[in-house]
Amino acid sequence: MTLKEFWHRLGSPRWFYQISGHFGWAFGALALGLLVIGTFWGLAVAPPDYQQGNSFRIIYVHVPSAILAQSAYMLMGAAGLVLLVWRMKLADMVLATTVPFGMSMTALALFTGAVWGKPTWGAWWVWDARTTSMLVLLFLYIGLYALRQAVPRQETAGRACAVLAVVGVVNIPIIKYSVDWWLTLHQGATFKLTESPSMPPEMWLPLLVNVLGFYCFFGANLVGRLRLEILRREHGTAWVQELMAGGRT
Amino acid sequence: MNGGLATAKPGTLFIAQLRRELTSILRSLAEALNPLVFLFLAITLFALGAGGDPETLGAYAPAIIWVLVLLANQLSLEAMFRRDFEDGTLEQLLLLARPLFIPILAKVCAQWCVTGLAMTLLSPIAAMMLYLPLDALGVTMLTLLTGSPAITLIGAVGAALTVGLRRGGVLLALLVLPLFVPTLIFGAGAIMQAVAGMGTSAQIYWLMAISMLSLTIGPFAVQAALRISLEQ
Repeated sequence: MTLKEFWHRLGSPRWFYQISGHFGWAFGALALGLLVIGTFWGLAVAPPDYQQGNSFRIIYVHVPSAILAQSAYMLMGAAGLVLLVWRMKLADMVLATTVPFGMSMTALALFTGAVWGKPTWGAWWVWDARTTSMLVLLFLYIGLYALRQAVPRQETAGRACAVLAVVGVVNIPIIKYSVDWWLTLHQGATFKLTESPSMPPEMWLPLLVNVLGFYCFFGANLVGRLRLEILRREHGTAWVQELMAGGRT
Repeated sequence: MNGGLATAKPGTLFIAQLRRELTSILRSLAEALNPLVFLFLAITLFALGAGGDPETLGAYAPAIIWVLVLLANQLSLEAMFRRDFEDGTLEQLLLLARPLFIPILAKVCAQWCVTGLAMTLLSPIAAMMLYLPLDALGVTMLTLLTGSPAITLIGAVGAALTVGLRRGGVLLALLVLPLFVPTLIFGAGAIMQAVAGMGTSAQIYWLMAISMLSLTIGPFAVQAALRISLEQ
């Protein structure tokens, strides 16, 4: 199948539903494997930090969730563009199902950051550049969520969210840069303990495994939610009715 | 009239729409002035809350001015498309005007005149009320002048997205305020730098860049958002 053909086929939620079942399981299994290995490696095998001791180990949850929070937003921006240009139904579903995931990842990143910050910086909350941009990202997610709730018609809500997501993606680099600028205006980068490039491989390898695991988890979550969303939105069509009837007997 | 709107040259279209917007603003001037009154009312509340202490107020003046300008702008945004939406003018505009971004740009321009530009002109009074050092006055006005177009343009996208909704007010704030972050940081940052006697050209350039980017993308985003809002 050529790429163009694949793209055209994506226009059909039914086709996606039929092929995606296995993908969901594959992503789920990969996620489970990677996360178990990465977490065990990170928590039990990797050496403690010479300065932070064992408290640094929260990095194995903190960094993957922060990366996923941003990746999910980028995906939403791409899906928003696809929805606006090609009006692909599936893109709207991606947009709708990614918001809760991205929002929870952002919240998790902020929460683990606070927990990590307490022993390291001595405060639950510090107006550090990265923390602040994550907080703004959380507000962007909440805005998308609120807009979808507020617009009564589903199709209109999807396209309104698409415009907002695209505008958000354009703004994110500027927000990130301006917040970095703001920090350097206030104080030097004294807090960036994780930034040391001399982090040994036995510390960052499990991190990499966990990041990949989080991505696979995202994939599994997305596919699963998409399948549910397809069934929910297409429940009036003949193929879903047939599928449901078949499942019951 | 309809044929005229559809075949007019972009320049003529812009002028006609701008004139219409400004006339409409002048005929309901009280409504247009409300955000400005809000700005000064909120500054008074800040002064009262801080006990009128010159040092405290002066130290926070850049932040207070910029945050209140953002909030006053945001409050005025809700009315931007509201009346035209309710009486059907907006729908006619969307159906007839080609290219559509020209009248949108005129609307944004008119809105900016009564918010961003008016606030820039009134900012010396705000600065004096908050004991901002006089040396920083020029920079304050310059940041407002260069930063406020971005606020109006970004805000217009939010206003266009929420115009069809019954209770759009708080939602609009939720949508646009996070997007105002860079403008706030560079704007308030430049004034603080000026108070400290440091150079501010970098921030001013940044504000201009953000305004330019918003000018390039904003009208088209507003156009898309209005089309979506009028669908329902």
